Amino acid sequence: MIRAILIFNNHGKPRLSKFYEHYTEDTEQQIIRETFHLVSKRDENVCNFLEGGMLIGGSDYKLIYRHYATLYFVFCVDSSESELGILDLIQVFVETLDKCFENVCELDLIFHVDKVHNILAEMVMGGMVLETNMNEIIMQVDAQNKMEKSETFIFQSTRQDR
Amino acid sequence: MALKIVKGSIDRMFDKNLQDLVRGIRNHKEDEAKYISTCIDEIKQELKQDNIAVKANAVCKLTYLQMLGYDVSWAAFNIVEVMSSSKFTYKRIGYLAASQCFHESTDVIMLTTNQIRKDLSSPNQYDTGVALTGLSCFVTPDLARDLANDIMTLMSHTKPYIRKKAVLIMYKVFLKYPESLRPAFPRLKEKLEDPDPGVQSAAVNVICELARRNPKNYLSLAPLFFKLMTSSTNNWVLIKIIKLFGALTPLEPRLGKKLIEPLTNLIHSTSAMSLLYECVNTVIAVLISLSSGMPNHSASIQLCVQKLRILIEDSDQNLKYLGLLAMSKILKTHPKSVQSHKDLILQCLDDKDESIRLRALDLLYGMVSKKNLMEIVKKLMLHVDKAEGTTYRDELLTKIIDICSQSNYQYITNFEWYISILVELTRLEGTRHGHLIASQMLDVAIRVKAIRIFAVAQMATLLDNAHLLTGNMQRNGICEVLYAAAWICGEFSEHLENPMQTLEAMLRPKVATLPGHIQAVYVQNAAKLFSTVLKSQEGSTEGTAAQETSQLMIDRLPLFVQSANLEVQERASCILQLVKYIQKLQQKEVEVAEEVSALFAGELNPVAPKAQKKVPVPEGLDLDAWINEPPSESESEDEQPKAIFAKEEPKHSRSRHTEVDEKELARRREARKQEQANNPFYIKASPSSQKVYQESPGVEHIPVVQIDLTVPLKVPGLPMSDQYLKLEEERRQKERADKKKKEKKKRKEKRSGRGRRHDSGPESEEDITPAHMVDIVTEEMPENALPSDDDDKDPNDPHKALDIDLDNLVESAGRRPLADSEKLPVRSHRAAKVAKSPVEDGDAENTPPSQEPKKKSSKEKREKKKDKDRDRKKSKEEKKKKKHKHEEKEEDLLGGEADEPVVQSEDTTEVVALPTSTNAEVSDLDFWLSNAPVPSNTQEAATVAATAEADSVPEATSGTAPDSDHDEPKNSELEETKSSKHKKKKQKKEKEEKEKKKKKKHHHHHRHHSDGGADESVQNGTVEDEEPLPPMSNYCLLAENSYIKMMMEDADEVCDIQGNLQDGSQVVVSVIFENKCDSLLKSMEFNVLDSLNSKLQRPEGSGPHDGFTVPFQLPPGVSNEARLVFTVQSIVMPQKMKGTLTFIVKNEDSSIHEKLDFKLHFTCTSYLITTPCYSDAFAKLLESGDLKCSSVRLEEVNMPFHHLLARICFHHHFSVVERIDSCASMYSRSIQGHHVCLLVKTSGQTVSIDAKCDEPTLLGNVLDEIKQTFSQC
Repeated sequence: MIRAILIFNNHGKPRLSKFYEHYTEDTEQQIIRETFHLVSKRDENVCNFLEGGMLIGGSDYKLIYRHYATLYFVFCVDSSESELGILDLIQVFVETLDKCFENVCELDLIFHVDKVHNILAEMVMGGMVLETNMNEIIMQVDAQNKMEKSETFIFQSTRQDR
Repeated sequence: MALKIVKGSIDRMFDKNLQDLVRGIRNHKEDEAKYISTCIDEIKQELKQDNIAVKANAVCKLTYLQMLGYDVSWAAFNIVEVMSSSKFTYKRIGYLAASQCFHESTDVIMLTTNQIRKDLSSPNQYDTGVALTGLSCFVTPDLARDLANDIMTLMSHTKPYIRKKAVLIMYKVFLKYPESLRPAFPRLKEKLEDPDPGVQSAAVNVICELARRNPKNYLSLAPLFFKLMTSSTNNWVLIKIIKLFGALTPLEPRLGKKLIEPLTNLIHSTSAMSLLYECVNTVIAVLISLSSGMPNHSASIQLCVQKLRILIEDSDQNLKYLGLLAMSKILKTHPKSVQSHKDLILQCLDDKDESIRLRALDLLYGMVSKKNLMEIVKKLMLHVDKAEGTTYRDELLTKIIDICSQSNYQYITNFEWYISILVELTRLEGTRHGHLIASQMLDVAIRVKAIRIFAVAQMATLLDNAHLLTGNMQRNGICEVLYAAAWICGEFSEHLENPMQTLEAMLRPKVATLPGHIQAVYVQNAAKLFSTVLKSQEGSTEGTAAQETSQLMIDRLPLFVQSANLEVQERASCILQLVKYIQKLQQKEVEVAEEVSALFAGELNPVAPKAQKKVPVPEGLDLDAWINEPPSESESEDEQPKAIFAKEEPKHSRSRHTEVDEKELARRREARKQEQANNPFYIKASPSSQKVYQESPGVEHIPVVQIDLTVPLKVPGLPMSDQYLKLEEERRQKERADKKKKEKKKRKEKRSGRGRRHDSGPESEEDITPAHMVDIVTEEMPENALPSDDDDKDPNDPHKALDIDLDNLVESAGRRPLADSEKLPVRSHRAAKVAKSPVEDGDAENTPPSQEPKKKSSKEKREKKKDKDRDRKKSKEEKKKKKHKHEEKEEDLLGGEADEPVVQSEDTTEVVALPTSTNAEVSDLDFWLSNAPVPSNTQEAATVAATAEADSVPEATSGTAPDSDHDEPKNSELEETKSSKHKKKKQKKEKEEKEKKKKKKHHHHHRHHSDGGADESVQNGTVEDEEPLPPMSNYCLLAENSYIKMMMEDADEVCDIQGNLQDGSQVVVSVIFENKCDSLLKSMEFNVLDSLNSKLQRPEGSGPHDGFTVPFQLPPGVSNEARLVFTVQSIVMPQKMKGTLTFIVKNEDSSIHEKLDFKLHFTCTSYLITTPCYSDAFAKLLESGDLKCSSVRLEEVNMPFHHLLARICFHHHFSVVERIDSCASMYSRSIQGHHVCLLVKTSGQTVSIDAKCDEPTLLGNVLDEIKQTFSQC
């Protein structure tokens, strides 16, 4: 099971947080902060696994993360998940974001966190891995976006997003 | 209205959307909080508007703010509003917001039930998908209960997208509503073989999660997973399955043996590191579960260790980390194979990556020996000094202690060294593990008697230098060691060199800054020291010294009496009074030392932590029994307490011996209270006694100086552990030298002797003698304590509720079909039968037929064993055959050309054959597993397995008739010596078997090189034709038209032999429905015209003419099986029942109602159950004389005798009792308990069957049916 998925930048600003277990808002922020502290002080060339986030889980849980440019992608998982598998999953996630946003960068995540959530929902559901095939994920996301577009808006914002 | 909409959208133009909000926040970096609060106000305004678009926009922004840490629960109702929008866009926003901020205590959640149900059944798959995704995050027990049934229906949705989501969410539903597990499990299991890989993967995922927590309930699925493992190419699925097997193997060692080979193959073949790693992990788990010592296992270990070494040496830190992690698992059982890589691991200790260092530390734990312990610990101590981060240093500390204390201090040869290590560790600043060091100190001092003198001296020094430890005390966990130091000095004070000094150290005013529980120990042990001091002083000098000591106590103790900590206060007051009394006596020159020391006489023994729990309940004491009569329920609650009080008050409120005083006291107290109440100057509830004591002299003026030391000082006078290391080296060298001398002497003496000892090369473990003779006292346990390890289960674990036995459920005909109470709740207006699987209709009190006579002579037992052996062999063959079939299918799939439906129709035999075997999967598992030899010495295991097998004999014969039965007679011929049996059997294998083997090999080969699929499968087909017996099936065609084909298994009975006959016996009929057209078939209803004798069991609440709704739909090309239960009154005559199946054919544009008529034929044979019978029981039966006789003659039967027997066994449910040449006796039993015995003789082409049965009509019919079977061929 995956207990939480966090994306934050090099300064610890959260860009996406998805908890599959309920915590209060304060605890969530504390977890994000703590995770950031744990992850950010690690060198680039050390392993991507971390044990013992105090707030989440306990000894059965691990933090598995990847660092891309300005962003950290952190998954908090228990022992039923394969460590290398999750690393691959993060890779799939990022590649999917890259396809959906066309050269994804931190700004995309900042302004479209809802879309990121929707993409994530096609990969992980309730803490369990739903789909790992990127093409399938993109297909479903596109189909939903198409549906969204087809629902005619009376008024549509024409302003540029960035 | 239109105006309103326009107005709303114009408003929206000026509203901020999410992007604006984000941009705004970024532009207000200085006053972010203020900006956001204005934004929230705006959002509140927006939420008040009617326009759903505006609301959705507001909710979207709230979701973002929630991520930033703002509580948005106040908008929960608005979120529900947005969720219920009909537009997908808004709905998705609503569900996302809900999934981010709803939880179990959100009260509006209960409003969502109907909305979610609506969305789940929406025609738009994405509405359903969004609802499922959302629900997976906020499902509550109520939602789970109310929606379980809807979700279960979705598991058979036509769209794989929905199916996989529905399957996955079931896990969440199970967690919240465990009652749903049993009813939903069959369908979940079905999804393991879903054509869509995504759905399959989801099902594997869910079952793996379930099985991880309660593995034993899922053991029976092992064969299925095994098949998936050998067939799946999806690494995700493989990893999950392999992880699952890792959890299952500890429960079933035979499974492990089976797994080793395919796993090793995977290890060799896979290129995916993740898969390789999981395989290695599971192989390790297997090796752990198996008893070691078998030669081929050491090869597997070597393979694992080798692969892991490659991982550890890899430059990728991740692989290094995982390699170490897995290595530590091997270490537990096979330390030797890891120890050879010690160099590598020590090297990892210097890695720059902390995670890797920690892993390496774990490994060190298992690598120590008496020889290298000191050396390794020295290395670790160096690391402790170097370590920067506190977490890593703490980890080092715990590891050092773990390593040293493991298995009862097994590796420690010198406890003085260990104590000094512990003392050195106290110098660590800011460690959280003070209590750990403390408990080690206590443990060693208590249990190693020889070390006490040394320990006490060290602890005294520690106490003396306490100020160094308590530098910045509040944050410092290390002061915990003072707890141990004080206690050790007090308890073993007789060993103290200078008790007076220690006493003074313990009564220093600075002690009052220590945490309460430590002060309490100080006070108590000061008293112990006091008694020791008194003793020595009274003995030697005149009374003044002793009186001075008392005065010291009286001076210092008041400090503790004022403590805020209750325990300190209480102990201090107590002891202060005691000392005052002693002082009085001393002034009268009374010798008190003796009596004071009596206070602390006696030794405290170590007690095991769980000792109390393990005290066995004395015989005759029933803890659950009522001591008094339980209150009768008829009594009203008001009366109860009265009655109790009236009876018990006089007994309870007074203790006997103080009766008078108590009364007197009570009277006085009352009087005093009166007095106080009337006295206006009396101050009630004053700030208690503390104030009084504070005024006492000699405390306040003592200056308390805080010495804040940030740099840890070396505690003077402490021996460095390194010295011990040196000493130890020297000692060992000396010892070695001594030994050599001795040996030389010996050798000189015994030069001519033959008993040459091994060379004194590198010293072995045993050569190292401990420096002190230590007597390690073991912890005390109550006598006859029961060993049990179940003490540490978390009662709050939600998975505990999911520990549900699922085996019997899946097999439907088993012992515990779903009870009515277990059905999933369905909305009342929907017909209840929708959710009902025929399983639920199953009879509640079925028990498997028990047929064995209870007492058996040894001869009989031997016979039985042989029988079992035979069964085992049968099972092997069955397995082989199955495997063969699976492989065949697999190849078809691998070939890839054929699309799914075609494959299925080609493989009808396969589809048909499977249900029979699922009949008793538990025993099937045994069959499946028994392929590996069962260790013969573990008799218990063998008998357990055997009984399970005996139960399943019917399945064996019916399922595997073709090859097993013709093999059987031969076996009986050579049942002479058990030991040689297996070999002989092997030798006597027939050609066809060899052929089969070849084929198997061929398949095997093929699996590895799955290139040329097409011609190979053709070849397979031809091979199949050569087999002497075509596969027999009990399924016959029931009816067929262009849309649908119904196959019926002629009857697969379950019955209750012991049950009374009025209840009727039940017959379960399995019907396979196969969709032959290209459209979806739905709303299938199966109905029969009941006869007087036989009735279809219908769901509760339906009338006698209602049909049975088939609980599934059939997509094109798919077949599925339904089980129907019939009640039969009389079984002596065959029955025919007319029935109709109605269904709807749904095309894309139209749907047609169709029906199909059929006739169900219950033969008398179908009322027979294969029941094994032993020859002597059989003989007795025949002798008993109450059986009627009948016979029949079959002419022109052109088949070998064993084929003939196999046919009778298979089609008519008989079992062979004994066979001699061309003559065999067979037995079967009807569901109502009639015995049917056959004697089959053959000569040439004529077969004569003499039969006996206690019911002549039945016998006649059975014989007719047998005759018919053979006339057909």
